Amino acid sequence: MAEIPHLLVHAHDDNVGVVVVEGLTAGTDMLCCVTHDNSTFRLKAEADVPIGHKIALKDFKAGDTAMKYGEDIGKIVADIPKGHHVHTHNCKTKRW
Amino acid sequence: MASKYSNMTVKAYRRENGRVGVRNHVIILPVDDISNAACEAVANNVKGTLALPHAYGRLQFGEDLDLHFRTMIGTGANPNVAAVVVIGIEPGWTKRIADGIRETGKPVAEFSIEQKGDFETIRAASWAAKEFVHKTTEYQREEVSISELWVSTKCGESDTTTGLGSCPTVGNMYDKLLPEGITGFFGETSEITGAEHICKTRAITEEVGERWYKMWKAYQDDVIFAHQTDDLSDSQPTKGNIEGGLTTIEEKALGNLEKIGRTSQYIDILGPAERPNSGPGLYFMDSSSAAAECVTLMAAGGAVIHTFPTGQGNVVGNPIVPVIKITANPRTVRTMGEHVDVDVSGILRREMTIDEAGDALIDSICRTANGRFTAAEALGHREFSMTKLYRSA
Repeated sequence: MAEIPHLLVHAHDDNVGVVVVEGLTAGTDMLCCVTHDNSTFRLKAEADVPIGHKIALKDFKAGDTAMKYGEDIGKIVADIPKGHHVHTHNCKTKRW
Repeated sequence: MASKYSNMTVKAYRRENGRVGVRNHVIILPVDDISNAACEAVANNVKGTLALPHAYGRLQFGEDLDLHFRTMIGTGANPNVAAVVVIGIEPGWTKRIADGIRETGKPVAEFSIEQKGDFETIRAASWAAKEFVHKTTEYQREEVSISELWVSTKCGESDTTTGLGSCPTVGNMYDKLLPEGITGFFGETSEITGAEHICKTRAITEEVGERWYKMWKAYQDDVIFAHQTDDLSDSQPTKGNIEGGLTTIEEKALGNLEKIGRTSQYIDILGPAERPNSGPGLYFMDSSSAAAECVTLMAAGGAVIHTFPTGQGNVVGNPIVPVIKITANPRTVRTMGEHVDVDVSGILRREMTIDEAGDALIDSICRTANGRFTAAEALGHREFSMTKLYRSA
């Protein structure tokens, strides 16, 4: 890959991706890569998001399920527009 | 079927019981907390020895006491240990631990403090330790197949990069080396929560999977649901995990389970610090996800090399087992490079494949087995942490 990706997504049915570069700023036209088959797409980052943190790939409503690795990783507890930060302030475990 | 890994060899120590070790430690092992001072004094007197102080060993009972004995005996019996001096406050439990280690055939000497005091105990134990150092420093490494290595794994200070890079690197190593006949360990019972439906299907038979599920469920019911005061956020996932971008236990668990690769299956379930007895293959050990506790338990089970993926930069080591750190997080490589043995951050840049990363880890395992110090060894990380099941009497 000539250009280094900003965001990695594990599986095609995931609805969140992981920022893999330091210092990502709002407005960046991110190169996103699905690691399952190295296919790529573009998405605009709508917030400054630290390396390792997640970005919404779609508009979420409270009550939705966050999907990563093609699996359920928790419940969305606040509306999150596409391109914004997904973390403990808007996503919680369904287990404990 | 022969692969490019089939003919790999390392230079290691063949022990009296046939097992292979990659280090040649003489350890001074306290039976209990109040014998730590004598052990540390002996280790100070005799160079080339290592004291293993710890916090427990008094008034434990039942399953918790069994675990204490198993951890002590397993640590002494580990093939990375050439000889052992055991020191306890009284002779009964001291003998029990010394005799357990003696079953390996390695040199063991035992001393107890009551009716002698620290001075006399330290004097006598120092003589024994010095003899052991002379004897074991003459031991020579010999060429052995890589298949004779027992390799454990547990990740720490995970973040989202561990599930993307460093855990799949370990998984790729297991997918390549388990078919060659190595023995592997994974565990971290609480940290499979959210991926238990997958883990259950990775057992070699349905019966093993059912036993695994029962063990996992027992921890949920008897420990978490019995003691929780919140959703465990900041504990599991930890503050460090959350700082690194992990949000829920489900997300953490799915990344964790990447450590057993795509094709590997576990053949049996072990209690904490239990030694495998079903032959070569992958084992799940019921264990804490706290790094030092888990590595200590797996070392007591007989692992001689530990592979440790980290995201945010856990710095843990172990006194007797070399801990190989693998990270895919470029910030951790930049800010904590002295702790990193295998840099797989190229995976995130799509410059390195998981297959290449697995080979880099196998290369690091071979070099570490041959005697190269890991970062944790060079930096003096020797965390030895006993797992305690409940309060002492």
